[in-house]
Amino acid sequence: MTNGYIDIKNTDMMLIMGSNMAENHPCGFKWPIEARLRRNAKMIVVDPRFTRTAAVADLFLQIRAGADIAFLGGLINYAIQNNRIAKDYLVNYTNAAFVIKEGFKLPEDGLYSGFDASAQTYDKSSWNYEEGGNVGPTPAGTGTGGVSSGGNEQKPAPTQFEKQSPAVKSQSSTPPPTRAGAAQGETGRGTGGGHQAAGPVGAAAQGGLKPPPMLPANTAYDLSLQNPRCVFQLLKKQYSRYTPEMVERITGVPKEQFLKAADMFTSVRKGGDMKKAGTIIYAVGWTQHTFGTQIIRTAAIIQLLLGNVGRAGGGVNALRGHSNIQGATDMGGVFDILPGYLKVPSPSDVDLAAYLKRTTPTPSKPGEWDSFNYWSNSPKFMVSYLKAMYGDAAKKENDFAFGYLPKVDRNYAWAELWDHMYRGQVKGLFAVGMNGVAIGPNSQKNIDALKKADWLVVGEIYPEETSEFWKSPGITPEEMKNINTTVYRLACAGFAEKDGSFTNSARWLQWKYVAVPTPGIAKVDQEVVAQIFLRLRELYRKEGGKFPDPILNLSWSYTTPENPSLSEVAKEINGKALADITDPQTQQTIKAGQQLPGFAWLKDDGTTSCGNWIYSGSWTEAGPQLARRGTEDPSGLGIYANWAWSWPANRRVLYNRASCDPSGKPWDPERRQVWWNEAQQKWVGNDVPDFKADSNPKDHMGPFIMNPEGVGRIFGPLAAFADGPFPEHYEPMESPIANPLHPNQSNNPVAKKFTSDLDKYGTPADGFNVVCTTYRLTEHYHYWTKNNPMNVQLVPEPFVEVPAQLANKMGISGGEKIKITSARGHYIAKAMVTKRIKPMMIDGKETYQIGIPIHWGYRGIAEDEGKTALTPVNLLSPAAIDPNAYTPEFKGFLVKIEKV
Amino acid sequence: MSNPRTFQIQEISAHPGPVPGQGTRREDEVCKYIDVTTCIGCKACEVACVEWNDHPFRETTFDDTYQTMPSTEWNYWNLIKFAEDERDGNLMWLMRKDQCMHCEDPGCLRACPADGAIIKYENGIVDFQQENCIGCGYCISGCPFDIPKFNEKTKKVYKCTLCSDRVGQGLEPACIKACPTGCLHFGTKTDMVQIANTRAKQLREQSGFVDAGVYDPQSIRGTHVIYVLHDLKRPERYGLPANPVIPPIYTYWKWLAKPTGLFMAVLGVGAVFFHRIFYGPKMPQPEDIPEVETRPQDEIEAARKEQP
Repeated sequence: MTNGYIDIKNTDMMLIMGSNMAENHPCGFKWPIEARLRRNAKMIVVDPRFTRTAAVADLFLQIRAGADIAFLGGLINYAIQNNRIAKDYLVNYTNAAFVIKEGFKLPEDGLYSGFDASAQTYDKSSWNYEEGGNVGPTPAGTGTGGVSSGGNEQKPAPTQFEKQSPAVKSQSSTPPPTRAGAAQGETGRGTGGGHQAAGPVGAAAQGGLKPPPMLPANTAYDLSLQNPRCVFQLLKKQYSRYTPEMVERITGVPKEQFLKAADMFTSVRKGGDMKKAGTIIYAVGWTQHTFGTQIIRTAAIIQLLLGNVGRAGGGVNALRGHSNIQGATDMGGVFDILPGYLKVPSPSDVDLAAYLKRTTPTPSKPGEWDSFNYWSNSPKFMVSYLKAMYGDAAKKENDFAFGYLPKVDRNYAWAELWDHMYRGQVKGLFAVGMNGVAIGPNSQKNIDALKKADWLVVGEIYPEETSEFWKSPGITPEEMKNINTTVYRLACAGFAEKDGSFTNSARWLQWKYVAVPTPGIAKVDQEVVAQIFLRLRELYRKEGGKFPDPILNLSWSYTTPENPSLSEVAKEINGKALADITDPQTQQTIKAGQQLPGFAWLKDDGTTSCGNWIYSGSWTEAGPQLARRGTEDPSGLGIYANWAWSWPANRRVLYNRASCDPSGKPWDPERRQVWWNEAQQKWVGNDVPDFKADSNPKDHMGPFIMNPEGVGRIFGPLAAFADGPFPEHYEPMESPIANPLHPNQSNNPVAKKFTSDLDKYGTPADGFNVVCTTYRLTEHYHYWTKNNPMNVQLVPEPFVEVPAQLANKMGISGGEKIKITSARGHYIAKAMVTKRIKPMMIDGKETYQIGIPIHWGYRGIAEDEGKTALTPVNLLSPAAIDPNAYTPEFKGFLVKIEKV
Repeated sequence: MSNPRTFQIQEISAHPGPVPGQGTRREDEVCKYIDVTTCIGCKACEVACVEWNDHPFRETTFDDTYQTMPSTEWNYWNLIKFAEDERDGNLMWLMRKDQCMHCEDPGCLRACPADGAIIKYENGIVDFQQENCIGCGYCISGCPFDIPKFNEKTKKVYKCTLCSDRVGQGLEPACIKACPTGCLHFGTKTDMVQIANTRAKQLREQSGFVDAGVYDPQSIRGTHVIYVLHDLKRPERYGLPANPVIPPIYTYWKWLAKPTGLFMAVLGVGAVFFHRIFYGPKMPQPEDIPEVETRPQDEIEAARKEQP
């Protein structure tokens, strides 16, 4: 979340889409309710089903699963056409005014410029800003052609920036005085170059062949937003195709209803007034598509357009699906990132210098503006990380042991791993705290993949589908004999049986304590990992091996090495000084061995160690900040600065500089988060400013300090996204219609489908004509509460939600068993006949949607009692993955329905 | 509410004579507030109720609904009732937390013939005392909300206590504690009615529910559980009676039916006595004995078993 759960109470307008917040985040849902009760905030819910969230909304729209970009694109079009946009914000805080290179093409035919059909990738060199400074008609520079009056577009009022007409700033500013958290300036590396924005691993791996294209240092821009190649004009053109009629054709939302929702949501910017704020709340209903990342991009664009990012009651807010999934991502639990979102090294990074050159961005912005470009500190983060990993073995002479880190040469995302296993390339799997077979997608392929593995280690608290894949339904005793996989089942600890920290969706690290001891022989995770590691290290020590150094030199200096205390691990993650270090400005000194107060202290010379730079400040000399329980909230904004600890630097709302106008005054004086204090010459506030503390508004530093541009990206340049700088509506891999925007390019051209014999994809022509979506219930949690009698009592068995009209047509009555079949498998459960899913007109065709809760499989109370058909729902779902985040398409695939 | 005087007994079922200490002081009446318009049907209150009261898990079956079971049970006192309510093309999914309403004029207590089986406290809580319950089930028919439930094993009747054990210690009922959205509140009746009225006004003025209002039926002199409804004009949409009444037989029980019955009984005994005096004993006449058709023993057994 850019903001946080509590902050939702500050909003005036909510769009909850791709999330069933009331059911899946019921405790967080108190804050949307609070906003409704205290502020009369409006709530719009868009979902394939009328959910329990919809039940308390002001407006509910039923959308076809997978049509989200069409809907949101329509919203962008509506906001622009009706001038419900935040002009000052747009010009000063986003790249709307930046001019894009000649040769860039919008996807009117479904493809952006640079598509390579044979490699199924884009050459993104045209997805870039033009070099050249001010090309607009405004006084800050001279136009260089291509400037047009842009038709009927109203010229924006002169901006704060123009009024101030600042002097051209030097690009390499000296680090100013800092406070904990408000971090230092640039490192001076790679001046004048550019930056290849973060991209997928595949792109990075090609880096050795030719130098990747860079962002220009001095971007061309037109503050009048009239240049036909400026981002705003391209955006306008891109979404002019997303008319209310087109939205209706694709999404199934009737035009009048769409217009009602669009009017309601954009009403926060009625008349250009900046006081109100609207928030967008989403969850895996957006991510689980072959264009999931781009759906979220569309939401970000809307929020930038409306000036809602950085503001109390605003933002783009992801509700994470597990108590600590945010922590897992922060700590690098994804194959292409290291802790703190440092990029994973690729084979082209021959040494640390090459890696840092590739991954450390340099500013790319209008020359007159300032950009903090906080990722310029990457070398400090990386070197401190290597010191935390390898301790004394990480020396300046050996590149701080950079060579020990694995170089990731290919995509190791979830669905790819199972594909590799199915192809016999992955020989073993550790599955701890996750049920790989049930999670899917295409569970049968996962089951068959495990049959081919040599070994499987499962750490769990219940017997579950993965460790019992060898007796999954349908396997004959004969087949069972031929499975040679050795399965090791480890009794692990449940959440209440271990301490440690959870990082929630609001980025809060919260310490928790052991509630009950582990039962029987069960062990906590760190003990399991430590025991394996210590034995492995012993083997390497005795027997050597191809490259034992990374294992032998791994820092493991815990008091109890065989069962490290998590507080020691947390302190290690926070980081400490390895030598006395002194801040030249404040003369404050941190002594060797002391915990660091924050990431502003990190060094790239090996004098600091830090396991994850964004967590630096969570466990300081003052103690565990993440265990704080202060309930003071003097501002009344729900900031609770002394409750737990929020990364980065205890900031509660990210990009909060954007809550002020360009001169540094809050857009809404009643919701004051941070502001520029002229007397003190620094940013102060109720929240910790997410900004360079002493950057005078006159210097026009952008609020989006993590981007080299300093501004929010309406246009995602270069390799930022694999499938286009603007989101485009593509149909799900299995769709009832051809894409009405471009029938010849229906799907995302760079999304991946798999090619094994078990990866089949259905079409309406094969009889798969019902859209199916999958989800969780509030009464259950993933695949393990089916073992808890209390949860089972609330919802005892699997079911399928079927629209009443479809049930009538097929003669299905409630409670009757039905069979759902996709191209990959089938699922049997009782029908829940409901009025809450209506038939839809999709591109002129009557279309039905059904919904299946995911929670059952072949082990559990109901399963063991023989009350279910023992069919995990992910037998149905396809392995087709998003090209940016590699998330499978669990929502919006095709099935057919039969009576059993 | 931690004041023990709240638990001053106000009425006792079928109890002769005055209630000890009756009318000595006026204590705050407690009340549970349920805002149906912000309830998300998460069932946290159901779980909290089962856990606090140490109720065993029940086996349930899928019944074409999100609702846990068709109605409250003797050991399941708190149930969210789900209703897909469609009128004029406008679909609403209504979720109402169903439990004892703790009526100001409790039908169960009016109906109960057992001394001390049902008591109502000064604070408004209506509580069943199972040790005094005779299992007659009159309270079940006396309740306008179908709340008290009979346990076949113990032959006694049970229902929500409004967590009188918690309230007596100054705590809120378990369901209130567990509610994640704050659609449940607990406090004095005056305060809860005020919050409810404010919320109903907001619904009328801001959310377009022109018939929104507070359900606190005066036909039973109000309840100690009140609802904010989108549509107070049609409480049946939520499964609530528009005008709940105690069956007249129980209303008249104490002052009419009971004395009348007693009188009739005395009359009957007198009639028997005088019949004996004036006519003497009735002697059997041999020719009057009818031929009795004998049924096989097993048939009689079978007929007995068929009876519920």
